[in-house]
Amino acid sequence: MVDATLRSPAIPAVASPRKAKSSLRRAMGRKSTIAFLMALPLILLITVLVLYPALYSLYLATLNKGMTRFVGFGNFQFLFKRETFWMVVQQSCIFAITAVIFKAIIGFIIAHLVHNIPDKGQRKWRGMLLVPWVIPPAMSCLAWLWLFDPSYSAFNWLLSFINVGPIPWTGDAYWARFSVILVNVWIGSPFFMIMYLAALKSVPEQLYEAAAIDGANWWQRMWYVTLPMMRNIIAITALFSLIVTFANFDIVQILTDGGPIDKTHVFATWAFRVGIRSVDIPQGAAVSLFMVPILAVAAVIILRDITKRGNEA
Amino acid sequence: MSRSKLSRRRFLATSAAAAAAVSAPFVRTAHAAGKVSIGFWDHWVPGANDVTKKIVQEWAEKEKVEAEIDFIPSQGNKNLITIAAEAQAKAGHDIFAHPTWSPQGYAEQLEPVDDVMGDLIKEHGNVNDTVKYLGFVGGKWLAVPATSGSQIKGPCSRIDLMKSLAGIDVQAMYPAGSAPKAESWTLDAFLKAAEACHKGGKAIGIGLGTTSDSVDSAGAFFHAFGAQLVNDKGDITVKSDKVRQALDYCKRLAAFLPPDAPAWDDASNNKWLVAGNGAMIMNPPSAWAVAKRDAPQIAEQCWTHGFPSGPNGRYAPFLPYFWAIWGFSKNKSAAKSLLRHLSTRASAERMVASSGGYDLPSFEKLTDFKTWAEEGPPKGTLYHYPNPHNHQTLSIAAAPAPPKIAFQIYNQAVQTKMIVRHLQGEAMEKTLAWAESECEGFMRT
Repeated sequence: MVDATLRSPAIPAVASPRKAKSSLRRAMGRKSTIAFLMALPLILLITVLVLYPALYSLYLATLNKGMTRFVGFGNFQFLFKRETFWMVVQQSCIFAITAVIFKAIIGFIIAHLVHNIPDKGQRKWRGMLLVPWVIPPAMSCLAWLWLFDPSYSAFNWLLSFINVGPIPWTGDAYWARFSVILVNVWIGSPFFMIMYLAALKSVPEQLYEAAAIDGANWWQRMWYVTLPMMRNIIAITALFSLIVTFANFDIVQILTDGGPIDKTHVFATWAFRVGIRSVDIPQGAAVSLFMVPILAVAAVIILRDITKRGNEA
Repeated sequence: MSRSKLSRRRFLATSAAAAAAVSAPFVRTAHAAGKVSIGFWDHWVPGANDVTKKIVQEWAEKEKVEAEIDFIPSQGNKNLITIAAEAQAKAGHDIFAHPTWSPQGYAEQLEPVDDVMGDLIKEHGNVNDTVKYLGFVGGKWLAVPATSGSQIKGPCSRIDLMKSLAGIDVQAMYPAGSAPKAESWTLDAFLKAAEACHKGGKAIGIGLGTTSDSVDSAGAFFHAFGAQLVNDKGDITVKSDKVRQALDYCKRLAAFLPPDAPAWDDASNNKWLVAGNGAMIMNPPSAWAVAKRDAPQIAEQCWTHGFPSGPNGRYAPFLPYFWAIWGFSKNKSAAKSLLRHLSTRASAERMVASSGGYDLPSFEKLTDFKTWAEEGPPKGTLYHYPNPHNHQTLSIAAAPAPPKIAFQIYNQAVQTKMIVRHLQGEAMEKTLAWAESECEGFMRT
């Protein structure tokens, strides 16, 4: 089937109504037209909800504080000189990278555990393990907030029975960072688990049988069979999670509001504080746009690796 | 060039139609004066919204205006987000209840209300300097101080604990129905009381976080020393002796506050009081009202009073809400008429009563409502809440810096962060250098 046709020079430029009708029919019959039409709602949605806001934030980031003057890269240059901004960059990286590593490790282990459960009971476990991921984060974060409450922490109450604590979960910079990463790992691990589980199920059993015949032990099967077969899924999941974690807002906002003394702020919460709470929308837009180059570099590295492996295969 | 001819018949018909139109009675429809939409702050006191709604409906019926009301909560900064969105879209409500600093942030997009404020000041007396500082920009009134949501965040003490642990009789210092006798209520006395309460296991609950309650208290202590991070001319004055004194005092005080104070938000101090953990918090009567419902034995021991005085005087944090008209409003005359109605003595009194005394009009002749004198238990607990004897200066943290700079200092909680940094061992000069660098960043226009 052809996707495009060339018009014959013999056909006159002004077609009769019947001919026009048939060319419309032909156009509608093309695979590419149907594909375009079917994708059109999504294209429109992305244009309205993603492309327009992205371009608008680019425009906003080039205005002065009062949004009356074009200042070019002035907002970005200003940020480069701010100590707090570099602290936010550092914290966003610590937060996203640490959380993604732990989510990947925990997701990997749980996926293996679930994979080894007999099919009959597996569905129940899968459902239960997905609960942290399917609960709206704002709700689960409120529950965590109560558990970490400065004065009435349930964790501290439990720890008091073994004479430990009280731990300033959100009052001390290091504990606060630990707390927000912990909650992010708790919410995000099930996503890794379900992706890895799907990848595990797609590894052909014959490969393990062949490895077993060759005398491979558990570790060798994992290293030479499982991991290579899951590599692309691991990379894609890590990239996807890195983007989402980097742009995270709700966990930090609800648990620590960026404190104490700004030590848990990430890009999104800092942008909100600067842009909305301090009514400096251009500066807030500039802060949030800083995520783009950092994530773009990560995306290029990971996707290039996947493409390379795809070509090798 | 064509010229139309007017026939005798057409002349008669036109004259008859014109006469009928002129002599026809003016039929005033239910919404003849158009529509006004209002975004009020969603009051946390049950029933307070209903009274505001009723006041607006009464006005709407009288003025034949269709009034559309939304109550927008401040939880999760929903109101700030809505304000930002409406300012960007140049569409939305005609009137919006702006929190404390918001009129300054959107000054260019608000309709001046000099005429309304001029009349209100004539009728109800002047407003305090903080209201003027926040709502009067470039020689124009940008907004009308709202009764609903405005508050003073003074001390709310436990009568019993302050007496037994610190030897201070707060009721004697601030007797219900008469002027305060609080000469001895100084920052030194406050520090001693904080130490005594801390030793007694009932620490004074002041937060050192980044939310408004924490920032307001720190601001009042800084004012009491005359410590300004940026002066009214916009010069950075962080490295001054007054700031050093204030920071040193706050560090000494912070040692007697709950150890998790740097993580406190605006709910933490309320919980501290209601749970019976502390001898005092800095808050409007909301914590007391919750205690009245959930822990009446604690509410019976609460007394709202004034701040301690320092070398520069006695300052209490005042946070007004403002009703402002957007510049894009299509019915400004009706909006102004509604603002006048909302600001009458009768309307203000109803709002104060429905909020259990929490709401506070900003005009000097509107601080004598019977609600504050009669609310209890204990009776008279709110008598000094509206500052009826003007014995403390109502202030806002970061003033008198030019508001656009002060707004940043306040929202970035620079003063509480300075206290926490210094408390956690950072050398004073290093803390001052950090604050100076932050203030330099706020100078951007």
